[in-house]
Amino acid sequence: MSPSVHRFLSIDMLPLLAATLAALSCGLLGNFLVLRRLSLMGDAISHAVLPGLVAGFLLTGERVGAAMFLGAAGAGLATVILVEVVRRMGRVEAGAAMGVVFSVMFALGVLMIEQAAARRVDLDPDCVLHGQLEMLFWFPPSNWDSFFSAQTLSLVPRQIYSLMGVTLAAILFIALFFKELRIASFDPALATSQGFNAGAINLVLMILVAAATVASFEATGSILVVAMLICPAAIARLLTDRLAGQVLVSAAAALLCGVLGYAAGAFAPERLGLPSAVNVAGMMSVVGGLLLGGAVLFSPMHGTLVRAIRRRRLAGQVALEDLLGALFRAGEAGSSRVPRAHLAHALGGQDRLARALALGVHAGFVQVEADEVALSRQGTAAAADTVRRHRLWEAYLVDEAGLRADHVHGVAEELEHVRDARAQPSAVPGRGTDPHGKQIPD
Amino acid sequence: MNVAAPGAARSITDVGDAWPTLEQVWNTLTLRAGFNTTSVVLGTSLLGVAAGVVGVFALLRKRSLTADALSHATLPGIALAFILVALAGGAGRSVPVLLLGGAASGILGVLVIQGLIRHTRLTEDAAIGVVLSVFFGAGVVLLSIIQSMRTGGQGGLRTFIYGQTAAITRQDAVLMGALALVAIVLAALLFKELTAVCFDDAFAQVSGFSVGLIDLLMMGLIVMVTIGGMQAVGLILVVAMLIIPPAAARFWSERLSVVIVVSALIGGASGYLGSAVSALLPRKPAGAVIVLTAGMIFLLSLLAAPSRGVIAWAARRARLRLRISSEHVLEALFDAEHTREQLPAARRALGLGTSLIVPILLRARGLAQREAGRLVLTEAGRREGARISRNHRLWEQYLVSYAHVAPSHVDWSVDQVEHVLGADQVRELESALRARGVPVPAGATS
Repeated sequence: MSPSVHRFLSIDMLPLLAATLAALSCGLLGNFLVLRRLSLMGDAISHAVLPGLVAGFLLTGERVGAAMFLGAAGAGLATVILVEVVRRMGRVEAGAAMGVVFSVMFALGVLMIEQAAARRVDLDPDCVLHGQLEMLFWFPPSNWDSFFSAQTLSLVPRQIYSLMGVTLAAILFIALFFKELRIASFDPALATSQGFNAGAINLVLMILVAAATVASFEATGSILVVAMLICPAAIARLLTDRLAGQVLVSAAAALLCGVLGYAAGAFAPERLGLPSAVNVAGMMSVVGGLLLGGAVLFSPMHGTLVRAIRRRRLAGQVALEDLLGALFRAGEAGSSRVPRAHLAHALGGQDRLARALALGVHAGFVQVEADEVALSRQGTAAAADTVRRHRLWEAYLVDEAGLRADHVHGVAEELEHVRDARAQPSAVPGRGTDPHGKQIPD
Repeated sequence: MNVAAPGAARSITDVGDAWPTLEQVWNTLTLRAGFNTTSVVLGTSLLGVAAGVVGVFALLRKRSLTADALSHATLPGIALAFILVALAGGAGRSVPVLLLGGAASGILGVLVIQGLIRHTRLTEDAAIGVVLSVFFGAGVVLLSIIQSMRTGGQGGLRTFIYGQTAAITRQDAVLMGALALVAIVLAALLFKELTAVCFDDAFAQVSGFSVGLIDLLMMGLIVMVTIGGMQAVGLILVVAMLIIPPAAARFWSERLSVVIVVSALIGGASGYLGSAVSALLPRKPAGAVIVLTAGMIFLLSLLAAPSRGVIAWAARRARLRLRISSEHVLEALFDAEHTREQLPAARRALGLGTSLIVPILLRARGLAQREAGRLVLTEAGRREGARISRNHRLWEQYLVSYAHVAPSHVDWSVDQVEHVLGADQVRELESALRARGVPVPAGATS
């Protein structure tokens, strides 16, 4: 085993593993919180476990003891119940109920920490918020043969095992109860009528969230827990419409957050010449935020940038069709060449005309000579198509929808641009002209 | 923070639980414990009042957790401001600059939340959670970079996260109080606009208010309170001052003006007590004490508020249940006199607890008496039983005749049938019942 590998195994491997497992377990469970609009429950739980952690610590004096884990899990569960109690009994809005419960419990925790300081016990609230990934080190075996021996594995800190357990439980729960989770998330009433208890599924989910929160933030701090509960699920929400796809994408996003965040936090600063590594948990949330920003902009279906481009393309298409229509109508009136100024007026502006002309010239539909524009043969066919749609729509609106002839132009002006094959007007035998007496092109 | 009383000098290493003297307590509570202490206590109390007032609007507009995201999102701004000041060669901990940085990134966070809600399919809770965690995460990264820088005053940054009144200088306290005062005055001036937007933003829009502008102003007020409270309470807990007092005040009244006054009182009392306690006792961080005080008031309100409180609600429920069970029993006794059915059938329909209480209640009201170990109706009880039985029969018949409910599905209602239906209809029902061979006790009026 080379020294650099040994160094990686002893210093970096366990924090990386812990961070990734935490991201994965929280990311998977977060899907169902985000779908139920309960995202902030994770936030509430991760703040509210503080008094439980401190109580566990004060009772045993161990920083990584099982008592701390149990205390935090109890506090997490208490949060879930208390929020529900305050919301129902006090008829307080859900957000405010969470706010009341978690802030009071966090305050209790801060007070308890200060009292602990009095007994010369050092417990830093920072490690609850920021995580203590650096504390996870390992003495790996010197050769690969004994890598999986019971003795070396027993040196792995307990946090890793609890994280593994929680991750496994989350995966099993989602895999085994996928159908139930889906129905319970989207339609609790249907779930009840199907004969299983949506409330029970919800309770198990909350217990798992509490367990994942506690297991994760022993290692990575509460901020990462909140980020990983929400960011991967939100990323997946923007990239897919199916629940199964959402779960898989969120898992991938969580893994990416874990690995990239660790690399950016632990390795990059050294390369950049900073004196020490920056906080890995914080870096992972930042990576989650950046990935989400990417998904917001570039998601093929729901990305704002993609939507803007699609809208712009559609606007160009509509402008071109308007240009072709104007030229075709001018041709019907006997002028095959139309001055630019005239077209700019018809299309509602020079910019829109320039856009339509650029597209039309590119497609070979129009020719521009001096300050005049004319249709090419190809363009005439395309223009006839547009005008045909326009006049068929007008005929339809008057004949079938019973609109007055002088009211249909505006509506047809919009409908002519609909390109969906299922929504095309078809010619009616014996109807050769539109309601204004103009010929419907073939 | 330390009390500037003689002989009370404490250092950070002092870990003994020294209790303050009565005189110190009195001096602090009456604002005579030195100028610094007084200004901090005053500033924090004012801030509590401001948070109570602003928080009511945030609660009504369902912005409670947006405020939470805002306060978390201030951290990267504070850290960045610290780094910039340090790089420019200044003293890192220049409070106004740090607060300005915090306000800027907090507002940026709120704008990102609104952008995410408006332009993506993410729901509000997810948008809040994303901003809260990512901004705070970025702040934590920047803090860890600051730790590796060799500049002084870093310890001061921690006070922004957890709050520490001891770190507040007089100028800071004055700044805090000024922010609070401005927020209170602004909220008072904008009372009508804020109310309109909170209760019916569509109405506000058609009345000519700019909802967007008012929302922005509300955010501005929340920013002021958050920034102001940060040093005393810390950025994690400052949101509690905005959430808890209004949520508690909401229990006490349905009128907005009353809720605002109560909320301001609760906020002010929490701020006052919190900073006073933390001034008097060692290791009682003001933020935590303030939040716990407010939390206790919330619990008290939840339980004991006159009409919306849990105790009042439970009492109403119990009274209703007892009334209904008493009527059940009276009817069963009355029917038993005619059909010779025994009481146990009726008793089975009641819970064990009520079946013990109801007979006592009936005897106390003179409607029943115990004869040879059995409960028997008195004359008054017989009249009441007749009324209930008649009522029951008529409602059943009404449901069968007019609502087309199957006879096996109709059941009892507590409303007096004559109060709801006209006399003609009641007579019609009576004859319909007699036609079915069901005896109807005579009514008081018919």
